[in-house]
Amino acid sequence: MAKKELIRVRVNGRDREAEVEPRLLLVHFIREVLALTGTHVGCDTSHCGACTVVLNGKTVKSCTAFAVQADGGELLTVEGLMKDGKLHPLQEGFKEEHGLQCGFCTPGMLMSSYALLETNGHPSEEEIRWGISGNLCRCTGYQNIVKAVQYAAGKAQGATR
Amino acid sequence: MITKTSPEVGGMGHSLKRKEDLRFIQGRGNYVDDVHLPGMVHGQLVRSPYAHARLKSINTEKAKKLPGVLAVITGEDLAKANLAWMPTLFFDKQMVLATGKVLFQSQEVAFVVAEDRYTAADAAELVEVEYEELPVLVDPHKSLEPGAPVLREDREQKDNHIFHWEVGDRQATDKVFQNAAVTANVHAFFQRCHPAPLETCGCVADFNSATGRLTVHLTSQAPHAHRTLFAIVGGIPENNIRVISPDIGGGFGNKVPIYPGYVCAVVASLTLGRPVKWIETRSENLQSTGFARDYHMTAELAASREGKIQGLRVKTLADHGAFNAAAQPTKFPAGLFSICTGAYDYPTAFCEVDGVYTNKAPGGIAYRCSFRVTEAAYLIERAVDVLAQELKIDPAELRRKNFIPKAKFPYKSPLGWSYDSGDYESAMKLALEKVGYAELRKEQAEKRKKGELMGIGISSFVEIVGAGPSHTFDIAGIKMFDSCEIRIHPTGKGICRMGTKSQGQGHETTYAQIVAQELGIPAADITVEEGDTDTAPYGLGTYASRSTPVSGAATAMAARKIREKAKKIAAHLLECSADDLEWETGKFFVKGAPSKAKTIQEIAFAAYTNHPQGMEAGLEAVDYYDPPNLTFPFGTYICVVDIDTGTGEVKVRRFVAVDDCGNVINPMIVDGQIHGGLTEGLAIAFMQEIAYDENGNVQGGSFQDYLLPTAVETPHWETDKTCTPSPHHPLGAKGVGESPNVGSPAAFVNAVVDALAHLGVKHVDMPIAPWKVWSILKEKGVVS
Repeated sequence: MAKKELIRVRVNGRDREAEVEPRLLLVHFIREVLALTGTHVGCDTSHCGACTVVLNGKTVKSCTAFAVQADGGELLTVEGLMKDGKLHPLQEGFKEEHGLQCGFCTPGMLMSSYALLETNGHPSEEEIRWGISGNLCRCTGYQNIVKAVQYAAGKAQGATR
Repeated sequence: MITKTSPEVGGMGHSLKRKEDLRFIQGRGNYVDDVHLPGMVHGQLVRSPYAHARLKSINTEKAKKLPGVLAVITGEDLAKANLAWMPTLFFDKQMVLATGKVLFQSQEVAFVVAEDRYTAADAAELVEVEYEELPVLVDPHKSLEPGAPVLREDREQKDNHIFHWEVGDRQATDKVFQNAAVTANVHAFFQRCHPAPLETCGCVADFNSATGRLTVHLTSQAPHAHRTLFAIVGGIPENNIRVISPDIGGGFGNKVPIYPGYVCAVVASLTLGRPVKWIETRSENLQSTGFARDYHMTAELAASREGKIQGLRVKTLADHGAFNAAAQPTKFPAGLFSICTGAYDYPTAFCEVDGVYTNKAPGGIAYRCSFRVTEAAYLIERAVDVLAQELKIDPAELRRKNFIPKAKFPYKSPLGWSYDSGDYESAMKLALEKVGYAELRKEQAEKRKKGELMGIGISSFVEIVGAGPSHTFDIAGIKMFDSCEIRIHPTGKGICRMGTKSQGQGHETTYAQIVAQELGIPAADITVEEGDTDTAPYGLGTYASRSTPVSGAATAMAARKIREKAKKIAAHLLECSADDLEWETGKFFVKGAPSKAKTIQEIAFAAYTNHPQGMEAGLEAVDYYDPPNLTFPFGTYICVVDIDTGTGEVKVRRFVAVDDCGNVINPMIVDGQIHGGLTEGLAIAFMQEIAYDENGNVQGGSFQDYLLPTAVETPHWETDKTCTPSPHHPLGAKGVGESPNVGSPAAFVNAVVDALAHLGVKHVDMPIAPWKVWSILKEKGVVS
């Protein structure tokens, strides 16, 4: 076993540190070291996006990144979306628009949608479809996920008016 | 007629938001890989790189020496406990860990257990296996040739043939064909697909040596049946086994069978006395677990010149891979494939299926399909289009001419099914109007003049779902009923426990809506719990669209039992005869005096605090529902495609889906099911195949090669409904989850063939990748 490295990561607004094997995948750091199991593994090869998290403002497929690469970074996972006990508009949108069925892809979808709305507050349907194209869903056919993202975008727009 | 409740009660027909969503959107679901137990260790399978090879030796010494490794289990070890083989769900057996030889690439050869998953993976690499390659069979036709190597040396029968099954009247059908004015035929290969739920299969087996109890957290669509099979195969007393199926990240049939990894984890936990987690990788899932289809089919239709169909003849070769691990009712080796006569009325049909072994992963399971119904619907809907092409009759017109008329239901099909209800013409009419069929045909004619390719594909499918009845249907001997137990608490809230298990279908919401409908207790006040065999009543599980037809019916029946008892309590409280009471949603009142009433909540409280002397306390009921017949959902799907003549790329311009699943419990959820199933159908039609090269190497073993559509390729689905209730289901419902996957492949393929028909193209096999279309265009001289 290789020598462990100490890493420090700010996760959902909290500073966390741990000694990890250099080969430990970021997703296993999140799921098993931090016990945040909302981030899922669906394919191990970065195709499905169930493991998507936001690292330093950008989406990362955490099954294909090492935990040590997140050292010193700021990480947002699905568990960090709620603020002050209130659902994020995207979480609300997914529920209101039936944007999920089995729920396995949902955390990754939420994180990709979050990153999309951070850079483009008013995406078109096509932009939403491209924005979540790195995330696979087997249940919904995406139609209601698109509506869920539109719901959240609409809500944000309403709030800034 | 179903009386609609208020939205607050949220009975049938309300698009209630789903109860289960709150935990999933917060990342608080509990999937099997989220289960973490004290002292838990990790298992990893060693798999064969060869499709067919003699096992010369297995050396586990190096692996065992790796620090952190706790055990390495081989087939020889399992053989000592008589567990090297296990029965499949279909009269065959399957190796848990290989002994003697391996029969498909990725077959399970050894199981390594270590303190953590990284060490387990390291150790798996250190297991040294010596193989001697044997000749490989990947083509089922070649499996049947004389002199073909016998794959299954363990069988008495020394060839690769598994079964022959036939149904219908061969002689009468042959005669119809001899005298037919017109015949049409199609050879259609429904390629090997994989359900590929986003969550792979896995388990945590936890044997407690102090209590002697085994708890298995399992990705299971059928937890009770799995408990019984663990008891029978493993010899563990059934009361000492608890199967917990936690949140399931999609199933689609993939999580019906028992896989070697589960058995190995159980054995390892029994041996080590520690919880053992085993989770598949995606490649393991695609390469070794239950595949679907792989049917080489021929259909012939006999008809008059006017286009009246007179008979159907079907011959099929079924590739089951190395072991017949089909998950279907035992009387039906080809499942419900005999629904292949479809939506059409003709007197005679004959269907025969032969199953064979090849060096491929074992199966075939029903991928979002009620046991081979998808293959059947695809075949007949393709054949009807070929006949239309031959007769130069519009495919919609030919269908209309041959539909079973509405007045003929219940309809006895030539292959023996009794269709409960249907109105096929209305569904097609609505779909044609919605898509603007006449205008599209005009546009197509215009485009053809300009050399542009556009096609319209119709599929008017019929499904057969909701097995039992128990006199005809069983899985591994267990009758196909299903169950619901309802307990109403003193304060008028309640819990429902079910024999089924949701994998995303929204059961926690829809079953609560059925209780709300029947008892007037708001759906919000009803908790639905599934998947724990210690608490739920026995049931066969969720697959083959059977939850609503069977457990949904059980829920209604259990609720009605509760209502009967509630009536007696109400009579006691109102000091009147039960005969003087009438029910309206949520309360009993005295006939002619509506102010004298007791609500269901008041009655529930009295059931525990003030029930009549001599009556048992409490307000509970359980129902084991044995359906009198299956239900037959149907619909018409119409797909419009444009083909890029430069690249061969097919673009789905529009897709209209008109479904009829009888009375609907939650329209929002039904629409969601349709969207998802159509997307899976799209993938099958255009992208997916688990193909093998001549050496038996899997060509679709990761999401790099086995494609799932993204949001970009997926079109916007247009859905609509007609409603023809099931006459025998207590709620008039039929089941819907699989219709879109069953009905859509033919619509996609019919659209592509329609676009190419004027070039003389009669059929294109799925998956219709751009290169395939481009090759046809090249052959026909459309591209140079």
